[in-house]
Amino acid sequence: MAIFNYYPQTLSPDWPGGYWLHWGVFVVIILVFVMAMIMGFIWFERRGLGRFQVRLGPNRAGPFGLLQPVADAIKVLIKEDIIPAKGDKLVHWLAPVVAFVPALMIFAVVPFHDGALLADLNIGILYVVAVSSVGVVGIFMAGWGSNNKYSLIGAMRAVAQMVSYEIPLALSIIGVVLIAGSLSMNSIVEAQSIPFILLQPLGFIIYFLAACAEINRTPFDLLEAESEIVAGFHIEYSGMKFAMFYLVEYCEVLAISAIITTLFLGGWRGPLLPPFLWFLIKVFGVFFLIFWVRSTIPRLRIDQVMAFAWKCLLPLALINLVITGIEVIALPPALLWTVMFLNLAIVVLLALLWSKFFRLGGGRVEV
Amino acid sequence: MTLAFSGEEIASQVEEHLPGSIVDSSQDSLVVNSESWLAVATFLKDTPGLDFDYLTSITAVDYYDYFEMVYHLTSLKHNHSLVVKTRCYEREKPSLPSVVSLWRGADLQEREIYDLMGISFDGHPNLKRIFLWQGFQGHPLRKDYL
Amino acid sequence: MAIKTEPFVINVGPQHPSTHGVFRMRLTLDGEVIVDVEPVLGYLHRGIEKLAEGRTYTQNIPFTDRLDYLASMSNNLAYVLAVEKLAGIPVPERAEYLRVIIAELQRIASHLVGVGAFLNDCGAFMTPLLYMFREREKILDLFEMVCGQRLTYNYMRIGGVSHDIPAEFLPALDRFVTTMPGFIDEYDQLLAENEILLARAKGVGILPEELAINISASGPVLRGSGVRWDIRKADPYSVYDRLEFDIPTGSVGDCYDRYWVRIQEMRQSVRIIRQAVEQLPPGEVRTEVPHLLHPPVGEAYGHIEAPKGELGFYLVSDNSIAPYRFHVRAPTLINLTALRDMMIGWKVADAVAIFGSIDICLAEVDR
Repeated sequence: MAIFNYYPQTLSPDWPGGYWLHWGVFVVIILVFVMAMIMGFIWFERRGLGRFQVRLGPNRAGPFGLLQPVADAIKVLIKEDIIPAKGDKLVHWLAPVVAFVPALMIFAVVPFHDGALLADLNIGILYVVAVSSVGVVGIFMAGWGSNNKYSLIGAMRAVAQMVSYEIPLALSIIGVVLIAGSLSMNSIVEAQSIPFILLQPLGFIIYFLAACAEINRTPFDLLEAESEIVAGFHIEYSGMKFAMFYLVEYCEVLAISAIITTLFLGGWRGPLLPPFLWFLIKVFGVFFLIFWVRSTIPRLRIDQVMAFAWKCLLPLALINLVITGIEVIALPPALLWTVMFLNLAIVVLLALLWSKFFRLGGGRVEV
Repeated sequence: MTLAFSGEEIASQVEEHLPGSIVDSSQDSLVVNSESWLAVATFLKDTPGLDFDYLTSITAVDYYDYFEMVYHLTSLKHNHSLVVKTRCYEREKPSLPSVVSLWRGADLQEREIYDLMGISFDGHPNLKRIFLWQGFQGHPLRKDYL
Repeated sequence: MAIKTEPFVINVGPQHPSTHGVFRMRLTLDGEVIVDVEPVLGYLHRGIEKLAEGRTYTQNIPFTDRLDYLASMSNNLAYVLAVEKLAGIPVPERAEYLRVIIAELQRIASHLVGVGAFLNDCGAFMTPLLYMFREREKILDLFEMVCGQRLTYNYMRIGGVSHDIPAEFLPALDRFVTTMPGFIDEYDQLLAENEILLARAKGVGILPEELAINISASGPVLRGSGVRWDIRKADPYSVYDRLEFDIPTGSVGDCYDRYWVRIQEMRQSVRIIRQAVEQLPPGEVRTEVPHLLHPPVGEAYGHIEAPKGELGFYLVSDNSIAPYRFHVRAPTLINLTALRDMMIGWKVADAVAIFGSIDICLAEVDR
């Protein structure tokens, strides 16, 4: 914690050598943070799923099974690495790296504290959208390079799904940007005198659903649908490369949780507790929501997933954008609470409308 | 309670329409001439009052001299049942008419009999071995297979 | 411009998470749409029909456990009914009631697995399945009390049941019967009205009424298509004619109807068990039968409404100690006949759901 308190004041990036020190310190912090959090997430999800599923979850390795992720990591590291004989070896080898790097890069702009981030880009959120959509290339490479029909189906689904969900995802962010008046992640947090989830409830819902689809979480986990295409794109991966994909999965969840926290839940802001702790609590809260959904509801079908993106989320995101724009221009900032209730009412109205007229479409195709 | 028709009663009805098709009949079953089996089956399925719309089970039994096919027919409409048998005296290349065109429920069961008992069914759309692999020698459920 | 596409063949099983054992099907896909499906059976063929011809009538009872191992008690019952019919053996009244109680418990246990696995195939990550296993465990405890086994039970005997129930059985059964309706409601509330489940199961894999009859479907598959046909009512065995219960039927014959019928059947089974326990008379539980039974020359077909459909045993006796012919009318094999009709035109994800809704057990299909 100390580093955050002392950091921005004493070592500003324009101090000679400060840039590289800043860079070095934060790269280490992010790596440690991401790795530690991923282990925490894995443990949290497995224990939490255990509770949801009336069982105990891993509880043998270490106190409360806390060392289970370590044990898993060691197991996976010493496993044999198998490359399919007719696979595209280079693509197969590169895919986990291509998938992992963008997921890690997102953390460059995530503020853990006021000003405590690797790069306070003035286009921070745009950078997040741009970088996170690169990950799909890795997944497609994995699907292609494995020379397996299951993984190819998984990769096809991944591309279709991610391209579709990028649009509502980006549109729902614009609402936040309009209110905050900045693209910088740090400024967005600073602008949140009340968390934006209250001002942008619809934006939050759209972003949450689209993000779940982006990171392949239930009910949109089609590309690794265990019961259909077994593991989808990473069916042919084993050993360390599989571990990389496993890391990517949790790294993306962590990134999405962090971004939702930053954009909608007020980031590190909060009373009493230190900011970094607030940030962690919120991240875990979002993650809890994500795996709660995972443990409960079934999976959608590919045509339903696509219909949901284009017929439900996209129009809603556009409506949200228009409403937010009007509110930002027409209403004075003093009416914050009025806007809040107005937006909540709009969400209820739209949800009712859509639930009445939108049906998860698709059906039998004549062949 | 499902009314189990006596073979004799049905035999007289069938004999009226298709003379010479019945070989034997008893209280529990009737035995049909294998050549006229398909015609008898059609009769049993389509005659109002009989309406055997549901083929419960098909079995073959190897009696060394002949193979006996046992068809358990049921009518869901009237809740009655009947056991019909037909025999095949050929041992090298036994063959019987398939009833898949009448009851598609016979599809997998006839394949099973073809696989394990070696009786081939004329008119079956997809007569292949079902449990054992292609090229398996012999038919295990025959009594002379050890 | 028309894009040139061509269908490709994908092999599902015998090792696949959703094939309920070692079922294998070759799917021909056009993109995600199924254009052809060919089931490949026989991976669990053990030749039980042939083996049984070399064992005595009593020795064959354990073989029947190994048919549908999720409903061993029902298999036992069907077999001993056939032998009793063949040899004309009377059964004490108390044994008849015990058989009904045990068979209905077995039906609940089997449906719990069937429904849970179906929901799992739809993508609900293990949670419904594990909830259902929680109650199945209680049934297994009850079975352990009466016969000492938890999987391949061996309770039914020719002429009755092996032992009378222990003193602690009835109180435990009473506890189970009082709590079970609440649990069934819980399963229903968990997912029955869930939008995603409805989208995945409603209207999917329709088996029309005429086709269902024509392919000799039975059990929940037949009743899901709207046919009121239940051997327990149509041709009552044991003491089912003294018990009151309804036959739930579906309306269109889609996956949801089959799921719904199973849930309702569990409720009816609880009702049957309640009545049977009330009417349970004291007395003997087994007619003395010689170990080496010589039934008179003849044949018998004994059938029951097993959890998965009409299970029949066709036995031919030549007055020796072993059956001359031992044929099993396996409900799940015959229910698979219409697999192609139900799957064509649907997506890969639906194939798994449709297959799950038929609820097969490969040990019974292949024998």
